[in-house]
Amino acid sequence: MSVVRVLFSYIVFPGLIFTAVVGLFLTWIDRKVTARIHWRVGPPWYQPYADFLKLLLKETIIPEGSSKVLFLLGPIMGLVAMSILAVMLFSMNINPHNTFVGDLIVIIYLLAIPPLGLMLGGSASKNPLASVGVSREMTQYFAYELPFLIVIAGIILKSGGSVKFGEIILAQRASGPFLYSISGVIAAVVILLSAQAKLGFVPFDSPEAEQEIMAGPYIEYSGVPLAMYKVVRAMMLFLLPLFLISVLWGGFANWWAILKFLLIIVLMILIKNTNPRLRIDQSLRFFWLGIGGLSIIGLVLAVYGL
Amino acid sequence: MANAKLWGLKKSPWVFHVAAASCNNCDIEILDILTPRWDVERFGIVLVGSPRHADALLVTGVLNRKSLPRVLRVYEQTPKPCLVICVGTCTCDTHMFAPSYNVVGPYDKYLPVDVYIPGCPPKPEAMIIGVVKALARL
Ligand code: SF4
Repeated sequence: MSVVRVLFSYIVFPGLIFTAVVGLFLTWIDRKVTARIHWRVGPPWYQPYADFLKLLLKETIIPEGSSKVLFLLGPIMGLVAMSILAVMLFSMNINPHNTFVGDLIVIIYLLAIPPLGLMLGGSASKNPLASVGVSREMTQYFAYELPFLIVIAGIILKSGGSVKFGEIILAQRASGPFLYSISGVIAAVVILLSAQAKLGFVPFDSPEAEQEIMAGPYIEYSGVPLAMYKVVRAMMLFLLPLFLISVLWGGFANWWAILKFLLIIVLMILIKNTNPRLRIDQSLRFFWLGIGGLSIIGLVLAVYGL
Repeated sequence: MANAKLWGLKKSPWVFHVAAASCNNCDIEILDILTPRWDVERFGIVLVGSPRHADALLVTGVLNRKSLPRVLRVYEQTPKPCLVICVGTCTCDTHMFAPSYNVVGPYDKYLPVDVYIPGCPPKPEAMIIGVVKALARL
């Protein structure tokens, strides 16, 4: 019985299938809002599902001379990591006592796996443009991960030094969301921008710049693995705002959380649509000097409980 | 299963733009149909950067000895099923370049062409109706 329940939670709800369906719907919201900003009509609601279905049923080409296992492992790693992350985030939002020591660290590592899989798969594909994309992805990963981790340290401090995800949510339920303080706002800004970079949204999309390096690490992917990458991306679009709400905005305590969630998504789409792409050195400088400095200020403020 | 495949393909044809030595007019007109005025994303048509992601190849320009092997290679790199859409009179029948020593003939000599969209360059409306007709025939 319990095995079936565990499998159900990883594969159907809230794991793979649920998160993928909601995430694909969110990518539709992304495309539709983008289209409206461009003063266009935009695609119909079933568009991401049609894309996904079509990619599933297309031929999958594995480039000659590439490492087959690594090439296919890339998207699978992302998919597995995101399913586990979905289960963890949901179960802890529903029942914050269901936590264990260090699960925040596990969540941070799970968030790091999709870019890692992308780097592995991209560099296994034996394409020069993909390797350019991978090197940019790697640089950008180091760029946004530093301020992200500093901010997480600040959040741990605010919750009384616990590295338990559930206790962070409980601390917020007890004494109000962390967002309503100066360091909380700083943390939100930093996490929002890192999420933007993790998702590969403009202005931090130089790793997969369509116009210069033709989708970068994705360039050799076709058919099923490409569909998996799309789903991983969609799941991240769902889970990163959920993570942000959980650590800063009180978690899914009530139905208002859905409004908060949509607000964050729309904010991300607006940032995406009103900014030009940064060069990789610019985004590195932005994250380390600009956002990094900001996150250190946030950490100091968090130490003094502001 | 076959129906689902068709539905997916019809609802989200991603196109890759193969500019094989065109005079660039056709290319500019292709970019036109992505602008807000024509907005083909309504139909799920997206311009992609890699032939691996493509479901349809939009070929432009007259086929010559230099571009023929490249075009064939791009076609081989595209996962099947894929459509080949000829945009411009150049691609349909070599146009005014027919007498040239370098021209090797229209595309349908070498590739299974699904749609011919004549015009020099064709209007964006003509391209949209061409793609719609091709999808309706599938
Ligand atoms: S059909 Fe006309 S516009 Fe198009 S590439 Fe040929 S010459 Fe140029």
